[in-house]
Parts: sequence; C-alpha cells; structure tokens
Amino acid sequence: MRRASAALVAVAASVTLVACGGGAQQQDGPGGEQVSGPVLIDGSSTVEPLSSAAAELYQGENPEVNVTVGTSGTGGGFQKFCNGETDISNASRPISDTERQQCEANGIAFQELQVANDALTVVVNPANTWANCLSVEQLRAMWAPDSQVKNWNQVDPSFPAEPLQLFGAGADSGTFDYFTDEIVGEEGASRTDYSPSENDNVTVQGVTGSPGALGYFGFSYFEENQQQLKALQVDGGNGCVAPSAQTVQDASYTPLGRPLFIYASDAGLAKPQVVSFLEFYLQRNDEIVQAAQFVPMTDQQKQDSTAKLDQLRQQAGG
Amino acid sequence: MTATDTARTTPARALTPDRRRRDVASTVFVSVLWACLLVAALFLFYVLITIVVSGVSRLDANLITQAPSTIRPATAGVQPAIVGTLLVVGVTALIALPLGIAAAIYLEEYADPRRWFNRAIELNVQNLAAVPSIIFGILVLAFVVRAPLNFGAVALSGSIALALLILPVVIIATRESLRAVPREIRDGSLAVGATRWQTVWRQLLPAAVPGIATGSILALSRAVGEAAPLILVGATTFITFTPDGLFSRYTVMPVQIFNFALQSREAFIPLTYAAILLLIVILLALNGTAIVLRNRFARRW
Repeated sequence: MRRASAALVAVAASVTLVACGGGAQQQDGPGGEQVSGPVLIDGSSTVEPLSSAAAELYQGENPEVNVTVGTSGTGGGFQKFCNGETDISNASRPISDTERQQCEANGIAFQELQVANDALTVVVNPANTWANCLSVEQLRAMWAPDSQVKNWNQVDPSFPAEPLQLFGAGADSGTFDYFTDEIVGEEGASRTDYSPSENDNVTVQGVTGSPGALGYFGFSYFEENQQQLKALQVDGGNGCVAPSAQTVQDASYTPLGRPLFIYASDAGLAKPQVVSFLEFYLQRNDEIVQAAQFVPMTDQQKQDSTAKLDQLRQQAGG
Repeated sequence: MTATDTARTTPARALTPDRRRRDVASTVFVSVLWACLLVAALFLFYVLITIVVSGVSRLDANLITQAPSTIRPATAGVQPAIVGTLLVVGVTALIALPLGIAAAIYLEEYADPRRWFNRAIELNVQNLAAVPSIIFGILVLAFVVRAPLNFGAVALSGSIALALLILPVVIIATRESLRAVPREIRDGSLAVGATRWQTVWRQLLPAAVPGIATGSILALSRAVGEAAPLILVGATTFITFTPDGLFSRYTVMPVQIFNFALQSREAFIPLTYAAILLLIVILLALNGTAIVLRNRFARRW
C-alpha cells in the first residue's frame, strides 16, 4: 500500500514539476537600447491580430520584452485599462463617456491612437443575385429594434420574397456598438431576433449556409472568404460605394469605414518598454498593418497618432 | 464502485413461454440501449474524425515547439500554451489535492454529523460542485487578481480559480473512497490499539488511494479543459514567451484554441484543429492514467 501512496504523490509531482522557476523581470533605464519587462495589452478581438502582429515583429527585435495581448472585448478591455491593470487597450470604437469617467476617477490619463482602418463589410450569400447595394436607410429598416422586416421584398419591392436571415456581432463587441451607432443611429440599439456571435467565423459560416442571409464584420474576414461571400456596396447618401482599402482611406466608404484604435495610458508610458513598443507600433505601422492584413492609415492619420503619442509622453513626464 | 458489484444480472435459464415473452421485451430493451449508445458513439466519432481530418496537416513538430504567430500561422504552434496548461494545472493539483483530501478526511472520519455546522459544510460542498465555472472566475478576479490579494493576471491566480473549481469534486470523490473501505478495517485497526490518526494514515488512506487518484485525475482533466474562468482571471490569448513561474503571464490550451478559432486567416483552421487534437491527447493521457491507477491498486475485500 505504501507503493500506492507513492504513485499518487508521483502523479501529482510529475504534473507540477514545471511549476518551479522564478519570474524575475528586470528593467533597463529609460533611453537604453535594450528595454525589457512586460507590456500588457487587452481589449477588442477585432484589433487583437494587429496588436499581436506588432508584438511579434517588436519582440523579434527586442526579445527581452514580453508583450501579451488579451481579448476581453473593447468594453472589457477598457474596464481593465481604467483600473490600471493594462498598459494599452485595443478598441474598435472610441471610449464611451462612462468609461472615460471611470478612467478619470482612477486618475488615469490616456490618449486615443489610431493604428489602422477597417471597412465594416456587409455581406450576403453569393446566391443572392438581387441585392448589390443597400442604402443606410434600408440597412436601418433591417436592423432597427422595432424592425418587422422578414423577407427581402420588404426592403425593396424589386427584391424576391426570400426570407431574410440576419447574422451579426454579439452585443459585447465594439463592432456591434459601432454598427448600431452608424446604421440604427443609437449605440447598442438593434433588433434581437438575429444570430449573434462574438466569433466572426461563425457569421461567415452562417451567411455561407443560407441564400437569404445578411451579416456584417471586419474587412479581413471578407477578404479571407471572398469565394464564399458577396460584399454589398453601401450608399451613405453619396451613391453606392464598395468596401476596399482605398474607399476607406479616402473616406468615401461611409458610414461603415472605421478607424481602429489603441489607447495608451500615462501610467503605461512610465515604463520604458511600453514607450519603445508604442513608437515601434506607429513608426513601423505599414509593415505591421500589412502583416496583419488590415487597411493601412493615411499619412495624415499617422501624423495625428504620432503627435498624440508625443503629447501623452510629455504629460507622463517622459 | 460500491453497490454495483452485487447488482449483477442473473444468467439466462431455459425458456418457458412466459419467459420467452419477457425475453422479447429484454431484447427490444437491449436494442434500444445499443441504439442510444450508437448515437452517442457516432457523434463522438464524427467529431473526432472531423478534428483529425482537418488538423492532420498541422500535426508537426512546429505545433509543440513554436509560439503562436499572427504573421506566419502556417508554422505557428502552441508551445507557451502547453507549458502554461501544465504549470497552471500542476499548481492547481498542489493546492486542491491536499486541501480536498484533508477536508474529506475531516468530514468523513472526524466530523459529527449531528452538529449543524458540519451539516452546513457538507451541504455547501455538494452545492459548490454544481456551481458554473465562471462564478469561480468572478470570485478570483474580485479577491485574488484585484485587491485584497492583488496578484494580477498571473498563472497563480488561474491555478487558484481552477483549484476552487475542482475542490468540491476532490472532496466528494475522496469521501466516497473512504466510505468504501470496509468498516472491519477501521474497527480492526482501532481494536488492536491504533489511534484514530494511525488508522487514517496507515489503513484508510492507502486503501482509498485508487478511488482518490481516479477522482482527482478526473477533476484535473476537467481543469485542463476549462476556458471561461481563466479568460476572466486574465489568461492572455497572445503570448510568445514561455511562462517561467507562478507570477508570470500565461495562457492555456483552451484559451489559445478559442483565440485561434476567432482568427480570419485560413491557415488558422488546421492549426485550431491540430491544437484541439493535442488537447484531446492530453486529456486521454490523464484519463488513461486514472484507469491504470484504479486497475493496478484496486483491491477487493
């Protein structure tokens, strides 16, 4: 029986051997070439691939810095950010007033830095031959909280009486907030009888699977699934415009062309590795955006972000 | 393990007409049981085959040696998540097993069930076993990750969340195993002058090891598969370094898989399935160990 106890101990021990080890983190002085330590990022899952690509390229050159990226969602990210738990927050919409107040209450000064563009793309099944362009009013008629639209011909009499199946972002995501704000006119206002998912790949599958489906998500998910999906043009008042890198950059794809942000705090900027990472993020932005397959910023947008970072650094005393 | 042994089915006898009619009923019943089993098994096989077919192209050395990558998904791996899972679940075992086994010994061998507080503890343990895992995540976020303990989103916080999650299961499994030790062993030990402590340590615990080990490993394999509470207490989804201690940032396999499934690029699809397959292999290894331990050390009285 002694053997039995020994075996039990052995099992527990073998699983836990890995647990040993130290977690020391040293930091070099500011201005030093080799920075080290953690950079904590959390927030939007839409922006996550971009920040992860930035982290990957950055760590290739600064192996002593440990960048981690979480995906709590834009709102969840801001909660941690305004609680001082993260250095940088990914956001697919601007910070809300309540979140701003929470940051202020905790004495956290921050700047919003645009890091890329995105075209929120409205997609339908390729079998949908009738719709090529929808106006914002038509999209609103589909998505408004009191919408009675059940068939495509209720959107436009020239469309067939095909049942409309809606797929969209889950209510916790910044994408949902942005879409409802721009299309319905009120952030968070949406009909509830649609198939929500926090995972855009599920929306891709849903739209691919039913001829009458319509959904929306970030441009990269359309780009990756072009064979199975059809992107609609959107008429924001100045004619039909198809989503593309160019129409987002020249601001003609309105209102669904959107900026993607990261938020940096003064507390985060007190750490040299965070400063170094943010500089890298903006200076090498084109490379990062290309690696992550996002829509690049215009020169003006880059300048604005760099200026804002400088401003925050001065605020932070660095 | 206790009562089932006595409830064996009686062997078939010569068929009288009445028995034959009953036999038809039992044949039908058995067929229904088989059909149920088949449905369950088919689903399982379908899932397993889908995973293997979709993930086989990425079952390579990169999967276990490389860190995740957004830039080169075709050669990315889950090495930090493997280490993270072993670290977090290992520490979970260190916390939950001693606490759980000790609590079970107290409740089973020492606690007076007539005392109200012992009954209250017992009821609570039963209830806690059914609490959704996310609740433990919220609890740990509020008290461990943030003030008062303020550990931050580190591996130890994750381990504490999982330890709380599996503690009730460990307690219940251990109590069952202790209860399965025949009364004569207890009485005999005490009768020859052993103290209560000696009886527990030298007789009851060794005899209960197979049950305790099985229950504990099954509880730990539940911990291996958990994602929800860990996302809440801060397992990150993108991490390229190997966690190097209790206070290191970390991720675990289920959280990593969750993140892979969110990615837009096609190359992530086989990677996701390959990672799922790896997680299944880890779980099978744990469950296999449980079965081996039970068979090897089980004894009959």
